[in-house]
Amino acid sequence: MKREQRPLAIVPAWVFILLGITLCAQIALQAARPSGAPAAADLPPPPGARALRLASFGEPEATARLAMLYLQSFDFAGADAIPYARLDYPRLIGWLRSILELDPRSQYPLFSAARIYAEVPDAARSRLALEFVYQEFLRDPNRRWPWLAHAALLAKHRLHDLPLARRYAQAIDRHTTAPGVPLWAKQMEIFILEDMNELEAAKIMLGGLLLSGTVRDPAELRLLKERLDELDARIRAGKR
Amino acid sequence: MPAVTLARSVLLEARRGGLPWLAAAALALGLALAAFLSQVALTESLTLQAALVAAVLRACAVFLIAAQVISSTLREIQDKGLELMLSLPLSRSTHYLGRLAGFVTCGLALAAAFAVPLLLWAAPGAVALWGLSLACECALVAAAALFFAMTLAQLVPAMAATIGLYLLARSIGAIQAIAAGPLAEDSLAGRLARHAVDAVGLLLPRLDGVTRTAWLLYEAPPAGAYLWSVAGLVLYTLLLIAAGLFDFHRRSV
Repeated sequence: MKREQRPLAIVPAWVFILLGITLCAQIALQAARPSGAPAAADLPPPPGARALRLASFGEPEATARLAMLYLQSFDFAGADAIPYARLDYPRLIGWLRSILELDPRSQYPLFSAARIYAEVPDAARSRLALEFVYQEFLRDPNRRWPWLAHAALLAKHRLHDLPLARRYAQAIDRHTTAPGVPLWAKQMEIFILEDMNELEAAKIMLGGLLLSGTVRDPAELRLLKERLDELDARIRAGKR
Repeated sequence: MPAVTLARSVLLEARRGGLPWLAAAALALGLALAAFLSQVALTESLTLQAALVAAVLRACAVFLIAAQVISSTLREIQDKGLELMLSLPLSRSTHYLGRLAGFVTCGLALAAAFAVPLLLWAAPGAVALWGLSLACECALVAAAALFFAMTLAQLVPAMAATIGLYLLARSIGAIQAIAAGPLAEDSLAGRLARHAVDAVGLLLPRLDGVTRTAWLLYEAPPAGAYLWSVAGLVLYTLLLIAAGLFDFHRRSV
């Protein structure tokens, strides 16, 4: 819609001046604000899942993802600082839990917990994130096992806490029932038991796995039998 | 003074158009909603009431003032009342500022009426700060609505532009935080997108930092931060007035 306009010269000079001054002041005021990602201390208390659901106006999936984008911006500091290491983890986990409750099928909160927040170089914070993954795994094991498997690896290799790694691996073995769960995930406990030098227990578990008939691939069967023989040999050598 | 007469005519129109009744209905709605939800709350029922009433009344105040300004301005344009007014020996600035003064007074009255019930749950000082902030917010919305109504001269585009500006100003802080997040791509397109968001942020008021319910529930804001936020609202209102005057002077009626 084209509208006829009068010439610029008709506009009083003081309107020009007011427009110029207020526009410059607005830009200067906003530019003076501290910019960049918010700091760790800025993370507000987590909203309840019901509050988030109310705020989603019937779009919980979209809101859950937007909330994750919002959450991950906290304490993503400059290059000289370690991201996320100063966050209040109980508060952070409250956020993750609410977001996951809003959209239980989303993998985003668990991915972030296992692959980002659990990998900070702070054992206490890392354990909190791993425990969150473990608790949420129990609610939907067949869908959430990959994150607990990663948690078991982190517990073993980064925290060097083999009992914790075994607990997670055991949970995967016991609680997953879907055919799509790969055997390596269900066998993790055996290998962790070996690392813990719990050879008898590892042997019993491996033997049970072979007898259960769940392993059908010939190459995989051969590999597991070789592993069983190795375990036998190590046990005999230990007894001598 | 002609500007005062114009402002009074705007106030008279608002009164006769039923704005006080709509404000009373909004108050009743907020109080009823809070009373109902506090019955089912397990704890913090008083703070729940305060938070809900404050949030509902803030939204109602903004919507009512925007709707009032846009409908009144468009009616005047469509009934050729604007042309009649411009034929009078009044400058365009006087006409624009006089009408805006009337709308801003409506906003101030709404803010005062909506702040009073909050005294049931919050300290008078906190309510005063909240009410003053809401008054400035309503003035800003009135200036934005008048600008868009005069410029776009259609109901739906003017309402959409006003509400869009308001919602964007309330969410630009979160949008900027997301844009600066860890997974932001470091490609040319990613950098352009971040700069674009920052540029939009420079041209918007920060409504996420004003009229906060937290002031009523927890503690009043630090004086410096409060004055800074309110000054930002006043400045943006002046910017909208200048832009509106610029457009109105160039308008060929």
